[in-house]
Amino acid sequence: MCTVCGCGSGETRIGALGGGRPTGGAHPRPGTTLAWRPLGEPAAAPATPPPAPPRAPDTTPGHHHLDFGSGPAHAHAPGLSQVQMLRIERDILGKNDARAAENRTWLAARGIFALNLVSSPGSGKTSLLVRTLQLLGGRVPAAVIEGDQQTEFDAERIRATGVPALQINTGKGCHLDADMVARALPRMELAEDSLLLIENVGNLVCPAAFDLGEAHKVAILSVTEGEDKPLKYPDMFAAADLMLLNKVDLLPYLSFDAERAIAFALRVNPRLRVLRTSATSGEGLDEWIAWIEAGLATAHARRAAGLQA
Amino acid sequence: MHEMSLAEGVRTIIEDTAAANGFRSVRAVVLEIGELAAVEADALRFCLDVVLADTVAAGAAIEVETVPGAGWCMDCAQAVPMRELHDACPHCGGYRVQTTAGREMRVKALEVD
Repeated sequence: MCTVCGCGSGETRIGALGGGRPTGGAHPRPGTTLAWRPLGEPAAAPATPPPAPPRAPDTTPGHHHLDFGSGPAHAHAPGLSQVQMLRIERDILGKNDARAAENRTWLAARGIFALNLVSSPGSGKTSLLVRTLQLLGGRVPAAVIEGDQQTEFDAERIRATGVPALQINTGKGCHLDADMVARALPRMELAEDSLLLIENVGNLVCPAAFDLGEAHKVAILSVTEGEDKPLKYPDMFAAADLMLLNKVDLLPYLSFDAERAIAFALRVNPRLRVLRTSATSGEGLDEWIAWIEAGLATAHARRAAGLQA
Repeated sequence: MHEMSLAEGVRTIIEDTAAANGFRSVRAVVLEIGELAAVEADALRFCLDVVLADTVAAGAAIEVETVPGAGWCMDCAQAVPMRELHDACPHCGGYRVQTTAGREMRVKALEVD
């Protein structure tokens, strides 16, 4: 286990899809909590390393001769070892990125607009999602993937709105990765041209590096946090396309300087779009919904164009 | 942060390369880490010690080459060095600087035997 943040692997659990409007009996009842089922397959990355690959043979079976040319250098000279540098130039996150690209293709083929919502714990992500889904009011088919280390609490809050939600428990993991989402997608019976909201693990650090295949990362910063957070945790704000400055209904009671927080976020990411929102007062939610609907229209148009091509 | 996941990514790359090239052991792993990358090199070294323990790269030296950060100032329309993601442009003092380099996290080379 990582001693830095406690992240690791091997304990990921993906729950069953629950909630949603009844469509014929196959779905669980809204709000139903299903028992967690530990996955039989190894999680995102195996906890124990697979056995080391077979060594290059010194002797070729059946030929009974020593083969000094079978090492990586493919040659042998007395006094020289087979030590060599292999230039491999591979991205450490290449496997995740490849899986994310597959997710992106899968989503695009169905015209699904997927958002990856990232923030600290307690920024109001789930409340904002619940309010968003209520405002969309079934006009747009929607589904939610909830990422948390433990419990199905958030998925249950989403299901109470009538929208299906699938909970991924990352166990010791501190972020969702593309493989977890890839395994969740086929379980979800997502409608074409629908909205998929992925609420990442509440963590302003680790999820920044892991592409899930989403259209956009949306960073949520609440005004009860420090206004210097975009500078203290720059990676997330650099990775996001939209920042929601949330809980703005509380600004009169706080010394939080919203302009300063936004200026800090724009320092890290000059292209960041910022909306001020409150799930409680409803401020800014019209703009947020309009932004989502524009994204849905784009995803639909791309799917339609793909069908014609 | 997520250094354990990254270390597991390095292990996968080494195992894939070992399967393809059939070397016996890895003496050194050369990583290329950008100055602005979301990884702490010392934490990654620690995690690599753990995850490489039972592999062909057990005990391998971990060499980290740092890639300098760089950006493009949209106001000055020129490339500028960057040490932090929130660095100002050294010419105009503005913050409309897009990162162009320094976020790399790669396994560059393996010294094998």
